[in-house]
Amino acid sequence: MGDFIQLGLGRWLHILAGVMWIGLLYYFNFVQVPALAEAAKDGTGAGITKHVAPRALFYFRWAAVVTWLAGAMILGAHFLDAFLFLKPTYYPIGVGAWLGTIMLFNVWVLIWPNQQKILGMKPATDEEKAKARRVAFLASRTNTMLSIPMIFFMVASGGVFRTVIFAM
Amino acid sequence: MKNPLDSLWGTVISGLVLTLVLYMIVKFALQ
Repeated sequence: MGDFIQLGLGRWLHILAGVMWIGLLYYFNFVQVPALAEAAKDGTGAGITKHVAPRALFYFRWAAVVTWLAGAMILGAHFLDAFLFLKPTYYPIGVGAWLGTIMLFNVWVLIWPNQQKILGMKPATDEEKAKARRVAFLASRTNTMLSIPMIFFMVASGGVFRTVIFAM
Repeated sequence: MKNPLDSLWGTVISGLVLTLVLYMIVKFALQ
């Protein structure tokens, strides 16, 4: 029963939350940022920043937390084997786990506090907003870049995929 | 030099290159 919850339900939850997290990350990068750039030309972006962005950011940042916690739950007693690369079996998932952890850090330390300034949830001068916009943008783009190897190593760490990719 | 993360294509290509580099490192470490 313990394994069913930790490995079965844990993996399910990890993937559900991960889809929401990375799905919203791709929404921001592939849809919202280019859309706001277009909207800035005719001044129609207010609806996106007022009604869409705060909701998307809410699910984005909390899905990131749930994804990481569910991932940590799946690793369980092997948490340090993965993060400290103590056993070769855990090298691939260790790389995926580190990439996911860096991405979680970017969400909560770089993206969310700066988005609060950009969206007017926190007081900020125009200069501070401009700086916040650049930092949040680059952190978001960094996460998009990191998501590519992160998903590769997550996929390559289990079952038949690990055999095919790493011959383990 | 332009930051590759300023464009979506640059971001995706950087991610693919990073994937290849990390894959080679892990593959080498597993030998």
